[in-house]
Amino acid sequence: MMEQCSYPSIFIYGHRATGKSHVIHTLLKELELPYATVSCVECVSVGLLFEQVLLPLFGSDSASLLSRSPSLSDFVRVYKQLCVQASAKQTRYIVLDRAELLRDMEANLLPAFLRLQELVEDNVTVILLSEIVWDKFRPNTGCFEPLLLHFPDYSKGELQQILSEDSHPSYSPELYSAFINILLGVFYSVCRDLRELRHLAALNFSKFIEPLEQGKVKESDTHKLWRNIEPHLKKAMQTVYLREVSSVQWEQQLQMEEKEAGAVRGLSAHAHVELPYYSKFLLIAAYLASYNPARTDKRFFLKHHGKIKNTNFLKKNEKPPPQISSLGTLQLLNQVGHDDQLDAPKYKCAVSLDFILAISRTVSFDMVKYLYDFL
Amino acid sequence: MSKRKVKETHMPVGECISQVQMILRERFCHQRLPEKPVGMESQHKHLLELLRRTAVHGESNSVLIVGPRGSGKTMLLNCVLRELLEVKDVNKNVLPVHLNGLLQTDDRIALKEITRQLNLENVVGDKVFGSFAENLAFLLEALKKGDRSSSRPVLFILDEFDLFAHHKNQTLLYNLLDVSQSAQAPVAVIGLTCRLDVLELLEKRVKSRFSHRQIHLLSSLSFIQYLDNVRSQLSLPQDFPDTNFYDEWNDDQSVVDVLQRHYNSSKDFRSLHLLLMLALSRVSASKPAIKPTDLLEASRVCMVDSKANILHGLSILELCLIIAMKHLNDIYEGEPFNFQMVHNEFKKFLQRKSHSIHNFDKPVVIKAFEHLQQLELIKSMDSSTAKIQKEYQLMKLLLDHSQIMEALQKYPQCPTDVKQWAIVPVLET
Repeated sequence: MMEQCSYPSIFIYGHRATGKSHVIHTLLKELELPYATVSCVECVSVGLLFEQVLLPLFGSDSASLLSRSPSLSDFVRVYKQLCVQASAKQTRYIVLDRAELLRDMEANLLPAFLRLQELVEDNVTVILLSEIVWDKFRPNTGCFEPLLLHFPDYSKGELQQILSEDSHPSYSPELYSAFINILLGVFYSVCRDLRELRHLAALNFSKFIEPLEQGKVKESDTHKLWRNIEPHLKKAMQTVYLREVSSVQWEQQLQMEEKEAGAVRGLSAHAHVELPYYSKFLLIAAYLASYNPARTDKRFFLKHHGKIKNTNFLKKNEKPPPQISSLGTLQLLNQVGHDDQLDAPKYKCAVSLDFILAISRTVSFDMVKYLYDFL
Repeated sequence: MSKRKVKETHMPVGECISQVQMILRERFCHQRLPEKPVGMESQHKHLLELLRRTAVHGESNSVLIVGPRGSGKTMLLNCVLRELLEVKDVNKNVLPVHLNGLLQTDDRIALKEITRQLNLENVVGDKVFGSFAENLAFLLEALKKGDRSSSRPVLFILDEFDLFAHHKNQTLLYNLLDVSQSAQAPVAVIGLTCRLDVLELLEKRVKSRFSHRQIHLLSSLSFIQYLDNVRSQLSLPQDFPDTNFYDEWNDDQSVVDVLQRHYNSSKDFRSLHLLLMLALSRVSASKPAIKPTDLLEASRVCMVDSKANILHGLSILELCLIIAMKHLNDIYEGEPFNFQMVHNEFKKFLQRKSHSIHNFDKPVVIKAFEHLQQLELIKSMDSSTAKIQKEYQLMKLLLDHSQIMEALQKYPQCPTDVKQWAIVPVLET
């Protein structure tokens, strides 16, 4: 409804990639309504937010009317001023994406935007988009309640339909549909985010059609194609899906597979942390000291020479070896206790069992023998 | 009779509908004041009398209008102001100054705003004042008319009054109320707030200068009156040429039930307007009247549990994690848990009872857990996240038992073993 009033604020919520901003922007563009869209992630200061609202609605010199670090009061005043000069019969729309970040900005921002229509005395509607429910936004003393709208998530069938629209030009849509079907079979129970699934589909399609290109199978041999791609999709779940390798690395890996017939190298982050020799031992020692009860130390270490130390291992004027602080920076060791105990700092090991087992394997140290829980 | 009929023009349906939409939207979107506020006659009279005494007789006053959100405080004030400004000599004299606690977050900003609204920016110029009081006194002095000794009456309207009480030393409030007590200039200080305990927020010296006059807007409508209001909200004014909407659904029992439910949860007009706005948005040229089903649908949209909607869109893995957390809450009676505990509970299910869920790697499960954290369905107990590894940080589930069970019923294609697990936990053997 263009020349008529609109409700002062609307709150739209729904999961990621359910089409919230897409639908809003398409609607606003098609109906040619005046609007300003701001993503709250980009607004590190409120001044940026105000600027990005004023510029699309009132033209490029409107932002110059704002002072250097404008307050909300300045913004409302400038808006009223600009309204008088450029009054419009049509409702203006302000779209705030990732609106949950407004809660962390100044406390008056969210309640003021909800009733902006009243404050500036203009026909303006503020649309808030978020994936978090409205109950978590409400301030303590209440506020103007917006109209709540929910964007429902896509069903499996709908996801299949949408993903199939990306089909590759040189292959038939049925083939792509079959590929999407297989992809959803592996990933649907874990992830229903449309963006992630599209990304995974784009990365893995070339591997899927590899046997076709090599002439080994025909298009109708879906079973063979499935057998080819399924282990790769499972591996993708452990690596690319978790962002432990980048997409570029993944694509290279897929191509390298042809030439390297042997065992696939571990792509996880563990293999990428290269520590010097002594640091590895320090880490192992720290893990043992952190996780074995103190009374068992004697039992394990009586015959062992001094490489492995207890947490309070410093003599009076000794400084801790620099490897400790570098392990701290890598967040493999955490400092516990107060900062002012400078001459006897206490540390705690912050790695998981799998990680430390991997490390100990690289130095050929049988850790399991020394762990209390494994006796 | 027949003459009147001839006068009625018949507009095409489309234009008719847009006229209707315009009138009703103005009402529901709070852009137009009603002719007379409903159910607040005594408060209206009281406030009008008070302001008239300031405007016409030069008596200083202060009053607080207190009422919950949406009860009509601003509406009442605007109606009173409208009526007041209709009197001719009042209109020329009185200066309203509107301040809002949300916008004027600082006394300095508030003072600039007052200067601006009184159109005294040129007069103040570059003067530097020692204190707030000096500045305010100067402004009021400047308002004195040419030969007369008294300055023009000023109405200070402070919206979100409780926010002004959080300013440093409450200087603005102190000075305004001080002026209203002393004989400097005829000033009326009108505060609007939603907090019933607003007086406790004021400092002793500020409270003593306040006249302790409070107007409470606590809605006392009965259900019958509420129904009447709904009817009048939806009816069109007399001079409208064509249709009347309400006859159809007036007697429908389901509509009365819907309205009863709304009345039970909140009596104020704002939530009613929200409901009617949703129903109105379905009216178009092809569907010219509001039907009972529209109202039912609008009510359903208003009353829905948003968290249930979010739960509907989770993946199966995330849902299993939530069920594991529910069991942990049952066993440990609401004590916080960490990721390892949830994972162990989930693995118990996978090993013994599951046929349909694949055994996922730990990092994949961690990613699902983090997604739940981003959706704010679980929250960490302490804010310092640096010291403890993320798998061992204590968390709390922000859903309750009934929400989870309801979500499971509605979840599309939920495997039966998951549903069974939700009802009967896997016990230690």
